[in-house]
Amino acid sequence: MGLYVDIEKKLKDFTLRVKFDTEGNNGITGILGASGCGKSMTLKSIAGIVTPDRGRIVLNGRVLYDSEKKIHVKVQGRKVGYLFQSYALFPNMTIRDNIEIAVEGSKTERRKTADRYLALMKIQELADSYPNRLSGGQQQRAALARILASKPEVLMLDEPFSALDAYLKEILQIELLDILKNYQGDILMVTHNRDEVYRFCDQIHILDRGQMVASGDTKAVFHNPQAVAAAKLTGCKNIVPAGRKSAHELFVPAWGITMMMEREIPEWLDHIGIRAHYLIPAAAGAAGNIISCRWEKVLEDPFEITAILDNGVWWKVSKEDWKSKYKEQLPECLKLPEESVLFLREEQERELSL
Amino acid sequence: MDFSPILISLKTASAAIFITFFAGIGVAYGVNGIKQEKLQILLDGILTLPLVLPPTVAGFFLLYLFGVRRPLGQFFLEYFSFKIAFSWAATVLAAVVISFPLMYRSARGAFEQVDENLIYAGQTLGLSGWTIFWRILMPQALPGIVSGGVLAFTRGLGEFGATAMIAGNIAGKTRTLPLAIYSEVAAGNMDAAGVYVWIIVVMSLLIVGMMNLVAAKMQSFRRG
Repeated sequence: MGLYVDIEKKLKDFTLRVKFDTEGNNGITGILGASGCGKSMTLKSIAGIVTPDRGRIVLNGRVLYDSEKKIHVKVQGRKVGYLFQSYALFPNMTIRDNIEIAVEGSKTERRKTADRYLALMKIQELADSYPNRLSGGQQQRAALARILASKPEVLMLDEPFSALDAYLKEILQIELLDILKNYQGDILMVTHNRDEVYRFCDQIHILDRGQMVASGDTKAVFHNPQAVAAAKLTGCKNIVPAGRKSAHELFVPAWGITMMMEREIPEWLDHIGIRAHYLIPAAAGAAGNIISCRWEKVLEDPFEITAILDNGVWWKVSKEDWKSKYKEQLPECLKLPEESVLFLREEQERELSL
Repeated sequence: MDFSPILISLKTASAAIFITFFAGIGVAYGVNGIKQEKLQILLDGILTLPLVLPPTVAGFFLLYLFGVRRPLGQFFLEYFSFKIAFSWAATVLAAVVISFPLMYRSARGAFEQVDENLIYAGQTLGLSGWTIFWRILMPQALPGIVSGGVLAFTRGLGEFGATAMIAGNIAGKTRTLPLAIYSEVAAGNMDAAGVYVWIIVVMSLLIVGMMNLVAAKMQSFRRG
């Protein structure tokens, strides 16, 4: 049971290669990637809207696509629920008609089913409205009602929150999470937003220019992304080339320092990264790995201070700490705690050299 | 005053729009579905040609194909004992060929404007191609299709050059309003020509006015 995807498709600028299996994963599977990385193409391939060049797609034991056996199930027969970024409600139909058209059976059955899903989404009072009268959040719920009414075996959400106002987003996220909890079947969510995947998804796959650069348990991937592209997409601000000098020593040219590590440094390492929140202010000459600071810019956000060094290092600190702990003074030096240093490699280059 | 040109024109334009309307929509839908871009561009060019060519050139080609001694003309004569050239059917043929590109282009533009995600959404919801076409694509494209139909109808009503070439100017048989106007002027009967001119101006105005009215109605429906 689950969704198995292994596809390859040549696109304009790169080749999309995606492989994953949701078997044994109960929660939501996320695909994180920048825009144009092939995320939507992956969903469209699963739905059958586009055809991959080769590969295999299996949903709950049903083969939807197999290039070798020349199997290509039509979109209509795939039972794939696709929540489009724009929701794609039919503008010439009321919300009720939008839902009823997706349901099979007699007129009364369809009416009953539509009523049930309108109630589930708490949009009964919008049943006779046309989609363009609805707010973004209401449209999303209507689209979801329509999809669930068609009884899909997998639910695919394409950037579900990108079209919503920021202040509504969080409330709608919580509501959506509640609804999705009761859905029996796999859920696949595609987004460019690291907060959304972290919040929603148990498993993630990170896609960079068509390549899967990291996969696995969400928290584990965020903790140790391994690939430079994956570290960037999970929000790591400080990523620099680094050279391994010995098993416990590495050189960082951009910062002009040699760092000592207690952990063994892997041989494949060519970059290191450290998240902006994990740098700790220190006095000059303090023990451990330290970079001295020449501050270039300080940015103030509502709850956070971001300071940028002249060598491009970002440091982020909560406003509370900034005021009480550091007395609004920029530190002389920043310490790089060993446990926060990410060992990274540039995936693309490694592939070329193979 | 001879009323036959009015009747012939109305009959011809009505018969022509009946064919053009459905053929234009069907062909537009078909061409939109073609995946090979080059073939699509080539077909689009050929189908648009009658609109950009001088009508006499289109008429020349029609004569070339449907003339009594030409392949298609002979085929119809032999198998259906039906002579197309210089018959009433030839006025319809000329009007169809000349007005077709207007219908085809309008319908294609209207189809292309429909958000393709609506079609994909329909497919993922399990709707058949038939349902998607009639309940999603057509309602979305209808305003563009209706205005294309009206343009094609009025163009068919006003057709002169190709009609003269393939159908001739036979009074009571193939003499449509535009040909009647030309004939009257050629004979020096400016007054008689003027009456025909007024009739065609009023008819065209009424039709375009109706189109605008219908379009406005559709817009209000779309606003929900």
